[in-house]
Amino acid sequence: MSDALMTLSEIAAKIESGTKLALPVDYAGVSMAVMPHILAGTARDLDLVCVPTGGLQPDILIGAGKVRSVETSAMTLGEAGGAPCFRRAVSEGSTHIRDATCPAIHAGLMAAQKGVPFMAIRGLIGSDVLRHRVDWKVIQNPMSDKADEIVIVPPILPDVALFHAAVADSEGNVLIGRRRELASMAFAAKRTFITVERVIEGSLFETEESAAGTLPAIYVNGIALAPKGAWPYGLSGEYETDSDALLSYAKAARTQEGFDDWLNTYLSEGARS
Amino acid sequence: MTPASPKEHLICTIADLLVGCRTIAVGAASPIPAAAAMLHRARERMAGGPRVRISILGSVQHNFFTNGSAELFDSAAQGRIDAFFLGGGQIDGQANINLVGTEPYPETPVRWPGSFGSSFLYFVVPKVILFREDHSRRVLVDKVDFISAPGVSDPGTYRPGGPHALVTGKALFDFDRDAGRFQLAGLHPGHDLQSVIDNTGFEFAKAVRTPNTPPPDADTLELLRGEVLETLTETYPKFVDQIQPG
Repeated sequence: MSDALMTLSEIAAKIESGTKLALPVDYAGVSMAVMPHILAGTARDLDLVCVPTGGLQPDILIGAGKVRSVETSAMTLGEAGGAPCFRRAVSEGSTHIRDATCPAIHAGLMAAQKGVPFMAIRGLIGSDVLRHRVDWKVIQNPMSDKADEIVIVPPILPDVALFHAAVADSEGNVLIGRRRELASMAFAAKRTFITVERVIEGSLFETEESAAGTLPAIYVNGIALAPKGAWPYGLSGEYETDSDALLSYAKAARTQEGFDDWLNTYLSEGARS
Repeated sequence: MTPASPKEHLICTIADLLVGCRTIAVGAASPIPAAAAMLHRARERMAGGPRVRISILGSVQHNFFTNGSAELFDSAAQGRIDAFFLGGGQIDGQANINLVGTEPYPETPVRWPGSFGSSFLYFVVPKVILFREDHSRRVLVDKVDFISAPGVSDPGTYRPGGPHALVTGKALFDFDRDAGRFQLAGLHPGHDLQSVIDNTGFEFAKAVRTPNTPPPDADTLELLRGEVLETLTETYPKFVDQIQPG
């Protein structure tokens, strides 16, 4: 196997205090397997970027007191309800929230991907989302002779992108299929770490079919094996979301004490894996 | 066949609003709009109408995108999405929507998930249907505490899309974009004008007599209870369990 293969705790160690950490939407491949190792470590003051929304993973990090700020378009546990630690932290002001809208997050990543200082995006004018984002600007469309205001957003430049996928090959390429936001995250981030269900022999570039859905190894800084690594989230084509586990988290984390108890159990189980 | 339950009636009311739409997107946590879009698609197919395509956020089967979660917004920007659904913790009389929380911001005492794609899609999708089952003064307010997306824009602002209608558990409103206000268009069975007035925190236009929103016919109800709920199970199993009769 490639020299990129790491352990889960080695990946967790790459997420240091003050890291700007990009995390994927709950259906795109969430690397939950790294979580016990991050939580057991000392990293704090993380600046999270949810691409483009967040769920269980950022909620746990917030509940554990590891998050300084979060940029997201939404935070939710889906059918299990609102994200309890996020709600608490925002209401108390203990985590700084940078409310966004999904396409603005994609636009920021796109600006980073292209190495340009901003990306333009329609909509937003007249919203309080825009009003509270001092880093977003409204400019006159320089291509038009008529009055035409448009919003521009700066590049989103994560230090680390972290996600989970089904397959890596022995050269360090990773199959992401149609979950192209994972590629956007990797293009924009300084370093990308990925957990996978399995590593296959050979190369994902061998056939056009697999090459089309492959994130090339040049964007990948480390891979760790983690079967069922998205649990309790599902992974498309592999396994379903464990709705009961999400519900029991939602229930437990309604209070900080309940969350702390949940976390203790989660960590003691995680340590065995 | 038993008559339509209130939730089934809502699904059918929304499906009627989708007539003419060929490409429909449905956001997260929206089982009733998703069911309505599927019902519209099934009815068009039965009638030999144009093929209707639906993309449901979070669904694997009902997703016609291959370019990740950015593609919904990109295709909407290109004018390819005919209809979309938005809700909100608060909706006001100018169709401003608040998906973020109650004042003061950012330390919102009541915090909702967030604006999702609303701050963008509300501007570019021609037919945005606002849906909120809870018809109360808590939700339908005079002025929202936070504008995730405004209902109307200055004439100079690029805005090919916007609000088309508001469907609640009690009634159907049309939105007049020029006047910037709602017009009561129909009352659901069991609800009257007075209870709508009593439970609405904003002023709205109304006719001398407001009709009832029509109940679904037997064919529609059969489609809904059969094919549509079966298709919906993949994305919203809990919702289907709740509304399945018996």
